[in-house]
Amino acid sequence: MGVIKVDCVNETCPIPLVETRKALRKAQPGDIVEVRGTHAASKKEIPMAVKALGLEVLSIEQAGEVWTIRIRK
Amino acid sequence: MSIIVHSGDMDKLYSALILATGALAMGMEASLFFTFWGLVRLKKGGLERGGLSRMNMLGLGRWMMRRRMKRANVASLERLLKDFKELGGKIIACDMTMEIMGIKMEDLREDLITDCGAVGTYLEEAKQSRINLFI
Repeated sequence: MGVIKVDCVNETCPIPLVETRKALRKAQPGDIVEVRGTHAASKKEIPMAVKALGLEVLSIEQAGEVWTIRIRK
Repeated sequence: MSIIVHSGDMDKLYSALILATGALAMGMEASLFFTFWGLVRLKKGGLERGGLSRMNMLGLGRWMMRRRMKRANVASLERLLKDFKELGGKIIACDMTMEIMGIKMEDLREDLITDCGAVGTYLEEAKQSRINLFI
């Protein structure tokens, strides 16, 4: 089981959502996808997409401008 | 989700592609039916040539919009279309538009187009979709 990192810092709508989906498609079951970004709406919307895909958000953290969302496939 | 992409205006193409890639990212299926001025944008080299639907001001509005989009780091239409295809989205080119505008398949971005079709092909997609838009 690996960790796949997705860097979406300074990217705007809809790239963080799209890059998260691309990473989740490539991930194996059990892998963790870790997305970092600064686009505020995506911090809310990525967990919505994860839920719609039937997957699990492990954590959402905010450090300054940058948020980090960890997802288990 | 299905969208009829009728307009070739840059801002409307952005609306269509952001919605469509967003739908795929949320785990939905999506298909885009390109017709009339929308299909013209799928000609080779045509993608980024659309003006703004309002306040284009002979291209000045478009130039200003592009500058602001660049500053906000908005993705190009090319990138959005590539992502749309990579995530499994379908692109259908309108048969009738090709005929009346004299557009041949080899004039179009064949790397992006899944299929050619007419009203029946679109309706097959639309009747299975819960969200159907005309842009």
